[in-house]
Amino acid sequence: MDSEIKKAIIMEHYSNPHNREEIHDDNYIKVNSKSETCIDNLDIYLKMNGDVIEDLKFYGEACAISTSAASIMTELLKGKTITEANNIISNYDNMVLEKDYDKDCLGDALCYDEIYKQTNRINCALIPWRGIKKALDQYEEKK
Amino acid sequence: MNNNFPMLNTGYIYLDNGATTWKPEPVIKKINEYYNDFTANAHRGDYDISLRVDNEYEGARKIVADFINSDYKEVIFTSGTTDALNLVAEGYFRKHLQKDDEIIINYAEHASNVMPWFRLANDLGVKVKFAALNDSNALTLDSIKEVVSDKTKVISLAMITNVIGDLRDVKEIVKFAHERGIKVVVDGAQSVPHIKTDVKDLDCDFLAFSGHKMCGPTGIGVLYGKYELLEEMEPRNLGGGMNASFDSPEEIELKSIPTRFEAGTPNIEGAIGLGAAIKYLESIGMDNIQKHEVGLKKYLVDELSKIEHIKMYNKDTISGTVVFNVDGIFSQDVAIYLSKYKICVRAGNHCAKLLKNKLGTDNTVRVSIYIYNTKEDVDKLVSLLQDKNKILNEML
Repeated sequence: MDSEIKKAIIMEHYSNPHNREEIHDDNYIKVNSKSETCIDNLDIYLKMNGDVIEDLKFYGEACAISTSAASIMTELLKGKTITEANNIISNYDNMVLEKDYDKDCLGDALCYDEIYKQTNRINCALIPWRGIKKALDQYEEKK
Repeated sequence: MNNNFPMLNTGYIYLDNGATTWKPEPVIKKINEYYNDFTANAHRGDYDISLRVDNEYEGARKIVADFINSDYKEVIFTSGTTDALNLVAEGYFRKHLQKDDEIIINYAEHASNVMPWFRLANDLGVKVKFAALNDSNALTLDSIKEVVSDKTKVISLAMITNVIGDLRDVKEIVKFAHERGIKVVVDGAQSVPHIKTDVKDLDCDFLAFSGHKMCGPTGIGVLYGKYELLEEMEPRNLGGGMNASFDSPEEIELKSIPTRFEAGTPNIEGAIGLGAAIKYLESIGMDNIQKHEVGLKKYLVDELSKIEHIKMYNKDTISGTVVFNVDGIFSQDVAIYLSKYKICVRAGNHCAKLLKNKLGTDNTVRVSIYIYNTKEDVDKLVSLLQDKNKILNEML
């Protein structure tokens, strides 16, 4: 992906984030995701239908990377099964942490494929994804 | 103002002095001297280099005492402001507070002047009350008067806060408090490095501050306490260096004040480094330092006021701190953008997490000025903030 295109995707999702909404509904699992080293602070709202992610929202104060990553993540994971979602999550993690990963399942999230070069941004890119992982784990535990 | 800070050669423009400060050559030289010429422990040896350590270490205590106009026995070395505030809360007030007693703080305080009091509240059933901030987010005696009661035993406040940077009239507050038998604890972390401090004039009961925010090394700080109060304070740590004898649990004799509060091998390089830092600041003059900072802040505020997309939260406070946001851009993104030009500023809540409701935002960009900052630093910063599209373009 060309670096200008990456930037454009990030800025678009930062300026007009998708699925950014505070939810007050008990049908959603709410988890908070933040980092001890930076100031991003996001709530993730997950609504499941059996094995499928029916809806995914996020809300909070966060930087451009974290906000755009959350927006892209919600688009990518909505409608996916738990297995599919976990596969995408682990590939995303690997990409951000500079390990081997499968490009094909990551869609727009590929715009962070060089984020590892900015050490102070790696965490930002991971924060929303840590949140969804926690929410899915909570759902599985309750089942 | 001066150029003997080796960090100035790195090309960084350092505007995060509320977090920590750069060190001038005399401080670095002093620390090196300890490690190169007279390394030994304090209070131990009969040989000359250990005696020199004693002299230098206790000499640093004397330098601190003169600097804040206290007796040298009233100066306890700690690891920093946080350590000092915890020592007061745990060593003195845990013993002197009872259920339903009240502590007054306010929403602009740093975590280290909030959490130790919360712990006492949880453990002892004492109450923490908050004095309101006014429209400029400053704290005045009037708002303390509104929450004070006959149960109030302590008022704890920063002399200058680390976000808003308002200079509180501590002297007036202490006078009011003492008329009612209330003790006053002052967090001097953001004031002692920047303005002249006189504990006798303020008449405060305790004062805490850090060495590293005033050109000294990290890991050293000070708790000042009135001698008669220190006599009633419990050491937090027991061990070597602070006891005179220990034969059985019933027969423990502690050393005199302040040594009894400094168990274990002290932070020798820290203390003598702090002594050197104070000498350095005194050579410039605290009045000159304050004048320089306030003047530079005014210049920065004037320049930033011309930029439409910048909102400042503390234009009028008399200090070297400016907090602001760029409209529509998260503070951390602004800080990362500036870092690409080697400009260091802080983004976030600055450890004052209770302040967010007051400012209407969780996070801000903070510029905090010190002696080595110049008009050119401010010009560079302002020029980089002029064009919002440039920030948006380059922040990723």
